[in-house]
Amino acid sequence: MASGTRPGSEDPPDDTRAPGSTPFAESELVERLRAGDETAFSELVERLHPAMVRLALTRVRSRAVAEEVAQDAWLGLLRGIETFEGRSSLRSWLFRIVTNRAISTGLKERAHLPVEDGELEHRDGRFSQDGWWVTPPTHWADEVIDRITAPALAGRVHEAIAELPPGQRAVVTLRDVEGLTSAEVCAILDISEGNQRVLLHRARTRIRAALEQEVIP
Amino acid sequence: MKCNEFVELVTAYLEDQLPADQRSEFEEHLSLCPGCERYLVQFRTTISLLGQLPEESITGPARTHLLDAFAEWGSGGAADVSDP
Repeated sequence: MASGTRPGSEDPPDDTRAPGSTPFAESELVERLRAGDETAFSELVERLHPAMVRLALTRVRSRAVAEEVAQDAWLGLLRGIETFEGRSSLRSWLFRIVTNRAISTGLKERAHLPVEDGELEHRDGRFSQDGWWVTPPTHWADEVIDRITAPALAGRVHEAIAELPPGQRAVVTLRDVEGLTSAEVCAILDISEGNQRVLLHRARTRIRAALEQEVIP
Repeated sequence: MKCNEFVELVTAYLEDQLPADQRSEFEEHLSLCPGCERYLVQFRTTISLLGQLPEESITGPARTHLLDAFAEWGSGGAADVSDP
């Protein structure tokens, strides 16, 4: 997103994502799946499975269990594709299946993690008692953006996401990494618009801080 | 508006969810405070970077399992693809 973007334009419709995660012509895809087109299924799995595992990991403890939940959701897709009516996007529907299954699995393993998160960490020393910056943010050089393609920085962002409380992690993964709309994310996670925004803001705040540390050692 | 209030409103501002009066205060503060202006730019950069993360790959065994399940389903074996 260009830094000059105006408010409101930050929430693109589902089909304006960057290359690499461009959405498919959905009705065509559904038809191909129904017809047993393995290429269609395979492409969809390659694109969405890792995100589904990450989403499941916000509700279950181990990666192995999250992997099972995500795989099980695909089987749910196959069972339900005949009757899929397209009221949500296929992607939203899959993420919703993952969330439901991860919740019930998480409850079973007694590791249910609530969507509510603790307080935002406080930027000790960043603001004076009057509320002004003590140490204002410094300018990030352009190479920061270029360095994201460097595995090290991308790895640091992944780490920062992994360190977030589960609710924040789920929201930022779906909104900013996967590019879903806030309405879709609220439906998938069954949370209010306001709660979604709070979780998203806390997640972005922490990730910005992690990047800052990376950029300014 | 103070800087510590400004930073809490950035997502609401970007989502265009601030009431008009608060939005005016936000924008007024933005025009006067280089630190907060930089913060907003960094916030947008962060969002943009999150959207450009290299995609992870599915593991080999998971891929094999799912493609097998799909083949079975396509051959009419959907009934076998049941809940564990």
